[in-house]
Amino acid sequence: MPKNWIIKTIEIIIFIIFLFFLLVPLLSTIIWSIALRWYWPNTFPQEIGLDYWLQALGMIKSLTLGAVNVIPAFLLSLGIAIIVVLLTMSIAIPAGYALAKLRIPKFLKGLILILFLLPRAFPQQPVFINLMLVFNKIGLTGTVGGVILVHLVVSIVYAVWITTSTFSSIPPELEEAARSVGASRIRSFLKITLPLSAPGLIASAVFVFLTSMDEFTGTFFIGIPFVTTLPMTLYSASGSNIQFASVIAILLLVPSILFMIIIQKFLKAEYLGGMGG
Amino acid sequence: MAILKVENLNKNFGKIRAIQKVSFEAPEGKVLSLLGPSGCGKTTTLRCIAGFENPDDGKIYLDNRDITNIPPEKRGIGMVFQNYALWPHMTVYGNLAFGLQIREISKEEINKRIKKVLEIVQLSGYEDRFPRQLSGGQQQRIAMARALVFEPEIMLLDEPLSNLDAKLREEMRFEFTEMQKKLGITAVYVTHDQAEALVISDKIVILDQGKIIQSGTPKEIYAHPINKFVAGFIAISSFMEGEIDSFIPEEKKVIIKTNDGLIIHGYNNNLSLGQKVAVTIRTNVIKFVEEKELDLQEKINIFRGKIIQASYLGNTIDYRIKIGRWEVRTNSDAKYNFRVGEEVFFYLPPEEIVITSLI
Ligand SMILES: Nc1ncnc2c1ncn2[C@@H]1O[C@H](COP(=O)(O)OP(=O)(O)OP(=O)(O)O)[C@@H](O)[C@H]1O
Ligand SMILES: [Mg+2]
Repeated sequence: MPKNWIIKTIEIIIFIIFLFFLLVPLLSTIIWSIALRWYWPNTFPQEIGLDYWLQALGMIKSLTLGAVNVIPAFLLSLGIAIIVVLLTMSIAIPAGYALAKLRIPKFLKGLILILFLLPRAFPQQPVFINLMLVFNKIGLTGTVGGVILVHLVVSIVYAVWITTSTFSSIPPELEEAARSVGASRIRSFLKITLPLSAPGLIASAVFVFLTSMDEFTGTFFIGIPFVTTLPMTLYSASGSNIQFASVIAILLLVPSILFMIIIQKFLKAEYLGGMGG
Repeated sequence: MAILKVENLNKNFGKIRAIQKVSFEAPEGKVLSLLGPSGCGKTTTLRCIAGFENPDDGKIYLDNRDITNIPPEKRGIGMVFQNYALWPHMTVYGNLAFGLQIREISKEEINKRIKKVLEIVQLSGYEDRFPRQLSGGQQQRIAMARALVFEPEIMLLDEPLSNLDAKLREEMRFEFTEMQKKLGITAVYVTHDQAEALVISDKIVILDQGKIIQSGTPKEIYAHPINKFVAGFIAISSFMEGEIDSFIPEEKKVIIKTNDGLIIHGYNNNLSLGQKVAVTIRTNVIKFVEEKELDLQEKINIFRGKIIQASYLGNTIDYRIKIGRWEVRTNSDAKYNFRVGEEVFFYLPPEEIVITSLI
């Protein structure tokens, strides 16, 4: 089977390239986060240690290293992300369901999608600046509430799109069958459509979570000077200290990776449980 | 068990007139089939009855109770979907129990009923399987069981056998009939397969382009199709066309002259002189006659044709014969062994050919 052999080789090469792109930046970030002294032309740091980590995590206070403490920022980001996920999904699920399952006239459907899409259809900076002006008037700038709102605006389009396509992929007969045996519309949704669309909905929630954790531009315009999320801390740290930036970058990765692992477990169970995969 | 009555049902999808003035009554404990070609409105009719589609006009009665505006879950109608629509994330048990749990029936009673219904569909012991672990035929039976287990008053089936292979489909026809008779449930059965409709139905309603063309018992429709469309739909047939030339009142016979001058005798007492008619020749009516026997025959309805195609089918042979400008098909005993191009004589028994109006 010479053909198989070629395909195998190509697969391995692609995998290695993939690893290279994924791991090399990660590796260099990790090395940077523990580098106390690292000058050109050395390949590796001359001196390593966890000082920046401990400082960033608030475990030691050292004036020589600077005063970055990422724990509050991390918790703030996490809290905002969780609230954004809850809010966005509680809009995206009904909206997606309505768009996918109800007989809405075409023009209305288009209108709704455009409405969700509109904030993303223009260059982002001007949009955020305008949003800032509006938020200023109603006193939302510099508040966590304002930042949550801006994250919601950023992530809602994708969330609605993913939920819509998830609900569309579920054959309408499944819900109709539930109704024919006596289940109300709500019960049919909760017991049939919702569990079957769980993988897509969770994917959508993960996406929203990651978007919120990473969001910078909107947070920058709306949140300053009081709301400093992890990406904001990263930004201000990266100007002065690459070690802190590396620590924060790794911290930003942690919830994402954890989330992915949990979701993957959950998705697998869901598929095995019923999707016939 | 209940009587279902549909009155003047209309349903449009935008400009498409899916069904128009559809009325029929499904007799208690019997099977009524909606039969017709693809797109004729069978599914739409069924979905109106189930409550998934709101008719633009018309009424639906279940035992004289107007259910036209009642939501589907309150109608107490069981439905079997063409693609079964079993819930993939639930086991067979879960699928069957769902409707019963809604009704807050006790667990013992649920178990008892599921056991019973699985016996009826001959799948005892399959409670813990997921739908994807079942064959097509088994899924079909579970879908049937799910529609039966909550003891609905009537049952709707939308081409329930069309996803099965030919052999299994034929088997399931009999199983369905047997089960339906045993339970005595009223059923409305949608199919586009005339053979299936003839076997399982007590009453057939034939639809075309959203309108009812004819309804009656299988025998009535088979023996007295109202027009060429029904005649062609209910059995594989060939046609000759012409007009009523004269009557023989004492024999209740009609004499037809085809467009190319052939004279055919047949029976039908609902036609008038000069009316355009179709002569339906089913594949089993042509009787070959040997040339030397010709004198012995009555001399009517004897034709000379030419074999233009012969297909060997084992114990029978399928011939296509050219007569005048017509082409007829016959499925005849393999003892008649004609070559393509050979001239043959055959007889069309007047009582076996079907004369209908053209439209
Ligand atoms: N939801 C819908 N939107 C628009 N048109 C529809 C819809 N449902 C059915 N139709 C149209 O209504 C007509 C009747 O459709 P229906 O599904 O009732 O046919 P059918 O007899 O069940 O056909 P088949 O044997 O192919 O299932 C068709 O012309 C179809 O295109
Ligand atoms: Mg159909």
